[in-house]
Amino acid sequence: MSETLPFRPYAPGSQPALDTPAYVGTRLRHPKQAPVKIAQSITELSGPRFSPTAFAPLADMTRGAQGAAIGERIIIAGRITDEDGRPVPHSMIEIWQANAAGRYDHPNDSHDAPLDPNFHGAGRVFSDAEGNWQVLTIKPGAYPWPNHVNAWRPNHVHFSLFGPAFATRLVTQMYFPGDPLLEYDPVFNGIPDAAARNRLIAAFDPQITRPDFALGYRFDIVLRGRGATPMEA
Amino acid sequence: MPIATASQTIGPYWHLLEDESWADLTRLGAAAAHPDRRPIVLSGVLRDGAGDPFPDACVELWQADPPASDAFPGFGRSRTDRDGRYRFRTLMPQPVPAAGAPGTNALQAPHLALAILSRGLMHALHTRVYFAGQALNEADPVLSAIAPARRGTLIATPLGAHDGADGWQLDLRLQGGDETVFLEF
Ligand SMILES: [Fe+2]
Repeated sequence: MSETLPFRPYAPGSQPALDTPAYVGTRLRHPKQAPVKIAQSITELSGPRFSPTAFAPLADMTRGAQGAAIGERIIIAGRITDEDGRPVPHSMIEIWQANAAGRYDHPNDSHDAPLDPNFHGAGRVFSDAEGNWQVLTIKPGAYPWPNHVNAWRPNHVHFSLFGPAFATRLVTQMYFPGDPLLEYDPVFNGIPDAAARNRLIAAFDPQITRPDFALGYRFDIVLRGRGATPMEA
Repeated sequence: MPIATASQTIGPYWHLLEDESWADLTRLGAAAAHPDRRPIVLSGVLRDGAGDPFPDACVELWQADPPASDAFPGFGRSRTDRDGRYRFRTLMPQPVPAAGAPGTNALQAPHLALAILSRGLMHALHTRVYFAGQALNEADPVLSAIAPARRGTLIATPLGAHDGADGWQLDLRLQGGDETVFLEF
């Protein structure tokens, strides 16, 4: 596959709109002008490379200076592929989240829930040659936010991925199955296509679950593929 | 066939993954590796549709030139501070080939790519930074695709040399009268 083939456009409905009125924060932050479409050049087709030697992995987020973090230990594992099912190998994934009580170890988080001195909430892992990765963490708590009266974010983990090019950069959030808050969340529901939306919900996976230790969840991530959309058969 | 995973906002707490040194792309020894390149400091204020500075955004920079190496990552990340200001130190890029132009001599003017991520943004906003006074700006294929009245939103203005680097400024406006031109690719 040529390194110079452009990445194909996002599938209609698969990405949230910048103007999402139910998410009040978008009101003054979405551009009113349509974006200018440009052909992908070396600027878009190349991208940063991060190696585990220069950027140390932190695949166990549950260990603090004084001991184990509080909360339900979970393993999140998955595979990064492109839209043709090819693995995205040796790619950095950044992970951040609230603690088990729904509080971020961040100066701007004023939610009245306890901090955990043994949980900072930031991790970094790399996909292997087959695109597989995993992280050990704590299940994050739900937290309130000022979007509307009695608004609560569903339990979620933030993910940042790079892939092979600047055009494949992706920042997203992973949710948990069965969360009753999902149907009320304007961020999650800002994705028009229901199937695309539901793919942000991790699947409980008994194969990833480790006996007497931690529940396992599977979260597979797909980055843009190269070339034109394959013709329908 | 699977389709690409949906984007979600980076939210207000992304600083948990921030390493502030990443805003300086010259920190790994770029001056020694590229003695022919001028260091530059690029900064500007990010504003919303009300014209208010935007204090908790993540601005990411990527440049294809000089090519990324152990001495030069090509990638940087800057928060906007309480005044809405982002700031990068990097090396001045040189022209790179235009899209679909291998074998031809078509070049793009020196530029940097920026991605803006923040709460209230469901996905990244992409734009570019060009440099005032570059002869190639006139023929650049991306600038040429933009209505002349709006091209200036992508062209940084010189601030003069300071601390061994040429200063450049480009303010960014997400919405409103002087809205930045955002790119889709
Ligand atoms: Fe969050």
